Amino acid sequence: MRTAMTFSPDGRRNAADLHDSSSFDHVGRDAGADFAAGRVLADLADADPRIVVGCADLTYVTRLSTFGARHPRRFLYYGISERNMIGAAAGLATTGHIPYVCTFACFSAILAYENIRTDLAYPQVPVRILATHAGISMGFFGTSHHATEDIAALRAVAGLTVLSPCDPVATEAMLRATVGHDGPIYFRIGRGREKAVYTDPTQLRLDRPTTLTQGGDVLLLATGVMVQEALAAAATLATDGIGATVVDVHTLKPFPRTVIAELAAAHSSVVTVEEHTIEGGLGTLTVEALAAAGVGTPVHKHGLRDEFAIIGPPTHLYQYYGLDPHGIATVVRRMHEHRARTPLVSEPLWTPDDRAAVLAARS
Amino acid sequence: MTELLTAEALLQDRSIAMRLANLRLVEVAGSGHYGPCFSCMEILVSLYYRFLRVRPDEPDWAGRDRFVLGKGHACSALYPILADLGFFPDSLLDTFTRLGSRLGDHPDMRKIPGIDFSSGSLGHGLSIGTGMADGVRLAGLDSRVVVLMGDGELNEGQVWEAAGYASHRGLSNLLAIVDANRVSVDGTTAELLSYEPIDQRFAAFGWHAERVDGHSHHDLLAAYEAFDARRAADPDGPPTVLVADTVAGKGVDFIEGMAEWHVGYLGGTDRERAVASIRRMFSSEEQ
Repeated sequence: MRTAMTFSPDGRRNAADLHDSSSFDHVGRDAGADFAAGRVLADLADADPRIVVGCADLTYVTRLSTFGARHPRRFLYYGISERNMIGAAAGLATTGHIPYVCTFACFSAILAYENIRTDLAYPQVPVRILATHAGISMGFFGTSHHATEDIAALRAVAGLTVLSPCDPVATEAMLRATVGHDGPIYFRIGRGREKAVYTDPTQLRLDRPTTLTQGGDVLLLATGVMVQEALAAAATLATDGIGATVVDVHTLKPFPRTVIAELAAAHSSVVTVEEHTIEGGLGTLTVEALAAAGVGTPVHKHGLRDEFAIIGPPTHLYQYYGLDPHGIATVVRRMHEHRARTPLVSEPLWTPDDRAAVLAARS
Repeated sequence: MTELLTAEALLQDRSIAMRLANLRLVEVAGSGHYGPCFSCMEILVSLYYRFLRVRPDEPDWAGRDRFVLGKGHACSALYPILADLGFFPDSLLDTFTRLGSRLGDHPDMRKIPGIDFSSGSLGHGLSIGTGMADGVRLAGLDSRVVVLMGDGELNEGQVWEAAGYASHRGLSNLLAIVDANRVSVDGTTAELLSYEPIDQRFAAFGWHAERVDGHSHHDLLAAYEAFDARRAADPDGPPTVLVADTVAGKGVDFIEGMAEWHVGYLGGTDRERAVASIRRMFSSEEQ
């Protein structure tokens, strides 16, 4: 078999002769980005011959080149053909391998949704999808490169596990804990720019969401890159005398319904935060869990509404949609002061006026 | 020569018997995929009785050859063969499509011994096959991987993603067979959306491509032999595609070649006519 890509021993690609420190190529664009998967899988593969990795032309950007450099025989390059890659991974899995295939979330969960359902979940093969750059983290690349529907779409797929690590340490912990899992797994991963939430993989337990801070008032449930933002928001709220319990909901399917309901019952209100539409994501899962448990604590779902994101740099988009610490703290404060008469507070607590103010300040 | 003739006679006998067994499934379901099942019967029979290395009493044997039925809607042609070979009891065939059965009108690998991959959504099979072909080689196995597709299925773009990958990768252990029965549900592929010349399209994608008579066991066996010879000569050589020219509904002379018989039901007298027609198969051929 021909080897598809050749890697330098350190997994780096050709570097141009650049003369200005402001220059960067598409790998250098996210210099320092860490997706964990490349190095962690390379380590795991040293001892586990079942592990193979496939990429669809985003090998360097997602840092899976680290794996390719160390295990060139077990690195499979599929070109820009994500559906084919996922189908091929299913075939590989039937021969005793554990394939990890990587591309952006938009080109896996959304482009290749049927392959995930029909080739992976239906036959229950142990393929792992590393879906990076989830949510709106691709910023001004626009909606084609965003994935704000993947949780909603994939929660409906029977037999699929959906994990949402919030930082590289969490990704590492979850990768290591799931090598032997029988069925398919979708890893919803960020852009590799996440601030560290965990300092050690042992801090994350796969069997329950992680409570990161304790507060007496509001339960703040976050997933993925929103966990770091929620933590920063909680720090702000504490100075205002509002106690927020921040929980990293790292496992979305199967959803930890019981734990979430118990946590909610111990607080006066719940705010869910996700870089995703509020239709069918973490918020919806939470509302359903509370309803099933008969917990009446009011919930507000914070995230994108029934809309595609506008154009902007990622950090500006997070501000615009109230998904930065200031926005989240504002929403939590309003929810805390809100005299909710229904279990679901559905009107936006981050309002069109709030968005307009961000836009005005940026233009 | 005598041996080959004997082999061919045996395969012809199985071709007829498996068509009749398929009619039994149609009776249970009240509906059958006559066209696409009968067009590929000689392909399935020649593969399972003379080519594929499988163990019916050990269906998950790691060293087996793999078969992916890309055109999963033809599984009622395959089920009787698997039962005949002993992958599962013949009595299971009587449950075909009934509530709670393992045997649906598209095959489920988790429920049926001998099915290497679930199928039903067209265009997936060749990708699955490339993964298997890579996988067995990475595992150091000598297994061949066979994927059977329809000619209409080639409309699915994913097929060509897989075709490009397989030749670039040098998957000489991958054998694709296109059951070119020239119809899809809405009519003839020539009129609807032709992918002819199929062999040349695959050749342009770097494959070894041949056309064969898909109803001639002799030609099919010869093509399988040549595939093995090429594979032995160059393990990193190109994958092979056999474009098998076939007739939809082959054997039931009054529906042959008709797109309208992708799915249907032949009842009573028509069923008897179908049986008689199938029994006449091969009888006019010079032996």
